[in-house]
Amino acid sequence: MSNRPSMHFRDRAVKALKDDQMRQAVRKAVDRLSSNKDKAAQELPNWEEWREQAYRIRKHTVENLDYYLSKLTENVRKAGGQVHFAQTAEDARTIISGLCEHYEAKQVVKSKSMVTEEIHLNPALEKVGIKVMETDLAEYILQLAGETPSHIIVPAIHKNRQQIAELFSKVAGEEIKSDTPSLTAFARKILRSSFMTADVGITGCNFAIAETGSVTLVTNEGNGRLTTSLPKVVITVMGMERMVPTFEDLEAVLSVLPRNATGQKLTSYISVLNGPRRDAETDGCEKFHLVIVDNGRSHILADEEYRQALHCIRCGACFNVCPVYRQIGGHAYGSVYGGPIGSVITPLLENDLAFWGELPYASTLCGACGGVCPVKIPLHDLLLKLRQRRIDAGHTHVFEKFAFGMWRRFFKMPSTYKFAMKAASIGQKPLVTNGYIQAQLPLLANWTNSRYLPAAADRTFRDIWEKRKNSR
Amino acid sequence: MKASIFITCICDSFYPHVGEAMVRILEKQGVQLDFPPEQTCCGQPALNSGYWEDAREVGESLLKAFKNSEYVVAPAGSCVVAIKEHYPRMFAGHPEYQRQAQELAGKVYEFSEFLVKVLKVEDLGARFPQRVTYHSSCHSRRFIGVDPHVRVLLSNVRDLEYVPLTHEEACCGFGGTFAVKQPEISEAMVDEKVRNILETKAQVLVGTDLSCLMNIDGRLKKQKADVRVMHIAQLLDEGMKT
Repeated sequence: MSNRPSMHFRDRAVKALKDDQMRQAVRKAVDRLSSNKDKAAQELPNWEEWREQAYRIRKHTVENLDYYLSKLTENVRKAGGQVHFAQTAEDARTIISGLCEHYEAKQVVKSKSMVTEEIHLNPALEKVGIKVMETDLAEYILQLAGETPSHIIVPAIHKNRQQIAELFSKVAGEEIKSDTPSLTAFARKILRSSFMTADVGITGCNFAIAETGSVTLVTNEGNGRLTTSLPKVVITVMGMERMVPTFEDLEAVLSVLPRNATGQKLTSYISVLNGPRRDAETDGCEKFHLVIVDNGRSHILADEEYRQALHCIRCGACFNVCPVYRQIGGHAYGSVYGGPIGSVITPLLENDLAFWGELPYASTLCGACGGVCPVKIPLHDLLLKLRQRRIDAGHTHVFEKFAFGMWRRFFKMPSTYKFAMKAASIGQKPLVTNGYIQAQLPLLANWTNSRYLPAAADRTFRDIWEKRKNSR
Repeated sequence: MKASIFITCICDSFYPHVGEAMVRILEKQGVQLDFPPEQTCCGQPALNSGYWEDAREVGESLLKAFKNSEYVVAPAGSCVVAIKEHYPRMFAGHPEYQRQAQELAGKVYEFSEFLVKVLKVEDLGARFPQRVTYHSSCHSRRFIGVDPHVRVLLSNVRDLEYVPLTHEEACCGFGGTFAVKQPEISEAMVDEKVRNILETKAQVLVGTDLSCLMNIDGRLKKQKADVRVMHIAQLLDEGMKT
């Protein structure tokens, strides 16, 4: 899926923590998104019932994925489209660039899609000489900056408006002001012309609908609609699980998705595509292709413990409430998908607990993510289970393993536990000032560099209790 | 009513006075307390780091200790949650232990939860004339739901001036071994917590989980900030003495 970062997670996080501008932009944005989400959820009197319904639909879909995928395929074909299955990212890239070459495409416009990030589509298309234009405003900004999304819903969350104005000014060759109207007017001017000349439109997919063979796009800028109506050829790329069984099921998932993501009741545009233009129709694409990407999802599907991770509808709310994401932003995760959901699915999609197994530790297990998930994925629990699986698979540091072994030996019995506590209480004596260990000590550095450590008490509670019992 | 104290290793060795405060309050309510000495630690450090084998062996001490208890009360929400959420699964594969784990999960309570839900006590007649703010610990809040209990207990303390904490629900950055495995992120988190606490101009920060309080207190003290960090049992106990 992704190109592996060269540094370890901790070092990537340290680097991110030094970027005050990014951290400020992220804090501001997630606070706004979360408070909008809370308001939107409260407006719906039975929010929990909507969540339950969305959860059931997703669970049912994922548990019967083979059935619904065959239905979807059948119905896309009935509607005049073609369906392609890609087992790996490479397969997907080959299929898509093959299609573009087949249609002699020189220029492609794209609407927002995380799965195309996942399969690293843009470089593959550029390699065969195709010009790719991202048309989602944030994605366009990142394309100019040569960066990747740091949030699945708000890809350029880490950038402030001054930085965006600088990027746009470079393209324009003149100064573009940093107010919203100036920025959007400039982007619109550039993007509009690319829609007119593009040969192929490539989109992501919020929800495919099995019973109708449709694809649903949820957007705010209208670029999704232009991407799918102006070019003659449309290619939709979807993660294999991004589906609901019926048109009716859209109601529940579309009720929770925008509310949970940005606090919107509805996004500005919800587009449902039903294959290419029919004979009597006046608009729409001439050719429609659906590329269904596995790229590790079957592996998750087969694993009962983690299957629920496929319920995700990519609302990004778990990013917004995560206290770790809040501090380090998305790039420090080093993966295409960051935040809590990314920390769960990345090691699973990659089937790699040795390197990507670091990500489940990028969490305090505070539970905020699971609590906000609109389809009730117990993210904190999946993070914990991944840690367990990582250790069981033997991916552990020698020192850490030794430390827990020692801890177990001393803590499993009261006698040895008491001995250890007594030893600590006596051993610490030269280090204690006013009830705290204040100095930064080599063995305790990770704690004492930023905090005082309270001194162990002279007499433990159990000593006190024992004495009290005896004096009675 | 009889109940057993589950002191937790952090309270036992670092904050025994919190345990004593809890005992005084519960005994005043007529609870007959015992302290089964077989107990050591709930195993959370290992459990949360993925070392379930190690956690299981240590957790067995609690199963033995509380086998015959009617109720079990602890001054730390996260230790209670470790038992409730994880023990039944941690001991899967050992039918007898698993049964005991499920039984323990059903009778273990966090201190303020025990007061309000089991003893039905909301007003201890305490007086505490200070400006107080509250950090809502993640596990206590999300998995036990103690916030309403803490709020009602604090609201009945005479002369206590309660000031809400911005982002009271945000994790303090402790997270068990997270604090030492990712010390830089942890510091950034506790720093934001401390900034919010200082903004309230509170004299006292109160909470329900000693490990979070240890983390926040450690940062406050390092910054020489003059805020007293107290467990809810301590605050109520002091308030009942005046």
